[in-house]
Amino acid sequence: MSASPSSRLAGRATIPVVYLVLLVAWELSVRVFAVPAWILPAPTEIGRTAVQWAPELGFNSLVTLRETLVGFLLAIALSLPLAVLIALNATARRLLYPILLGLQSVPKVAVAPLIILWLGLSEWPKIVIVVLVCFFPILVNLIAGLEAAPRTMLDLMRSLGASQHMIFRRLRIPVALPHFFTGCKVAVTFAVIGSVIGEFVAAQEGLGYLILISTSQSQTPLAFAAIALLTLLSIALFHGIEWIERRVVDWTP
Amino acid sequence: MMAAAGGLAAAPPPAAGVAAIDLRGVSKHYPAAAGTSVHALGPIDLHIPTGSFVAVVGPSGCGKSTLLRLVAGLEMPDGGTMMRYGTPLDAPSHEVGIVFQEHVLFPWNTVLENVLLPADVLALPRAAARERALRLLEMTGLAAFANHRPQMLSGGMRQRAALCRALLADPRLLLLDEPFGALDALTREELSLELSGLWQDLGRTAFLITHDIEEAILLSDRVLVMSPRPGRIRADIAIDLPRPRNADTPRLPRFQALKQEIRDIIFDRRA
Repeated sequence: MSASPSSRLAGRATIPVVYLVLLVAWELSVRVFAVPAWILPAPTEIGRTAVQWAPELGFNSLVTLRETLVGFLLAIALSLPLAVLIALNATARRLLYPILLGLQSVPKVAVAPLIILWLGLSEWPKIVIVVLVCFFPILVNLIAGLEAAPRTMLDLMRSLGASQHMIFRRLRIPVALPHFFTGCKVAVTFAVIGSVIGEFVAAQEGLGYLILISTSQSQTPLAFAAIALLTLLSIALFHGIEWIERRVVDWTP
Repeated sequence: MMAAAGGLAAAPPPAAGVAAIDLRGVSKHYPAAAGTSVHALGPIDLHIPTGSFVAVVGPSGCGKSTLLRLVAGLEMPDGGTMMRYGTPLDAPSHEVGIVFQEHVLFPWNTVLENVLLPADVLALPRAAARERALRLLEMTGLAAFANHRPQMLSGGMRQRAALCRALLADPRLLLLDEPFGALDALTREELSLELSGLWQDLGRTAFLITHDIEEAILLSDRVLVMSPRPGRIRADIAIDLPRPRNADTPRLPRFQALKQEIRDIIFDRRA
């Protein structure tokens, strides 16, 4: 906190420097050991390919981003009412929780071909897979958050004769918000994986499709470029949610 | 049921002779392991006359917090009868304001929003409630912090804000559950004296739970001494010190004598 500006700058620079060192080491070992590009391309080779294929990479990134975001937002829309129902109603909890847990325990990669069989070759099967992959962390964290109101605060509301609705609005929702965002941050990285699973099984576009095609044609540098973009996409979405969280949950230090 | 002017006017004068709180033969057990139960409290008789300040002192674990929760209507007893202003006490009431041990302010709301919480819950007229909240904040020296979040405030200031919230709906009865227990000794004494003055100005009934004998004597008309497990009232001591009380009150020989008397009762029981 009391660090001087120069040492703060050094702190900020540490991570980029570490990444740079790793990239240089990668580049050097590929060159020194003369590794063929179809096994492991050098970073500069990947960069060159990325520039060359920029339009394709851009288009397919947008496809994957769209699937990821639509699926993620649908998962939130689905989790909200379910979490409220499960948190507030014991019967709903007994009935729904086993079903949801069962659904979560089915390996999504295993059912992906079935979903594509049922829903055809549109974007929808990929979106459904994204929803399946990422709704559970949102749901579980949201339920935990809705039940996390401290007893002292509940006592205060009860002592004022507050209705369930009032307790929910003034106490349970604000307490649940940080938990909700935790769930979202976990879920959004899963969501990217969900899109790629869908694109692996059946697709004509998207970064997952691009990886599949380029590796089958020994275009390894292009596959690496697509993987790098997927990673960046995932990180960007994570930080995007964190950015929203900081603005919404502005009371935690 | 809500008093005229949305409960912001002074509470109606109580019918003569009706106690604020009247508990008879009240006891409380809590379930414990394997079908057994812990006898936490009673049977206990508690009489809080309207307009008086009554304190309960006792060691931790003597059931005094349970007693306060019963009086607040947050829990129901296993046996006995409980009356509040002449009617059966079976639920919390907006006529009762509570200050909890922890301030219990919402960190997502400003100080003013926290103080206004009872007005929102009870759907009191907004403008009048706001005016009263600001007046209470002024009385407790928090006016400049109305739009701050509680986590920006010191411990003493937070407890002052909690007191403002408890007083917002102009309760006839104020319940204080070790309200200054989490504060340092200096702030505790300062706030005790402030509360004493405030209580006298407002002319309300108050019931204080504390483990601090000096605090109990300084504030109260009567001090009840509780014994532990199961909690019972062991002594009922009238505090015949002059009012208004101030920082010099603890130096009076009578104050010291009362303090010694209460200590003796507590330690006799323990020996």
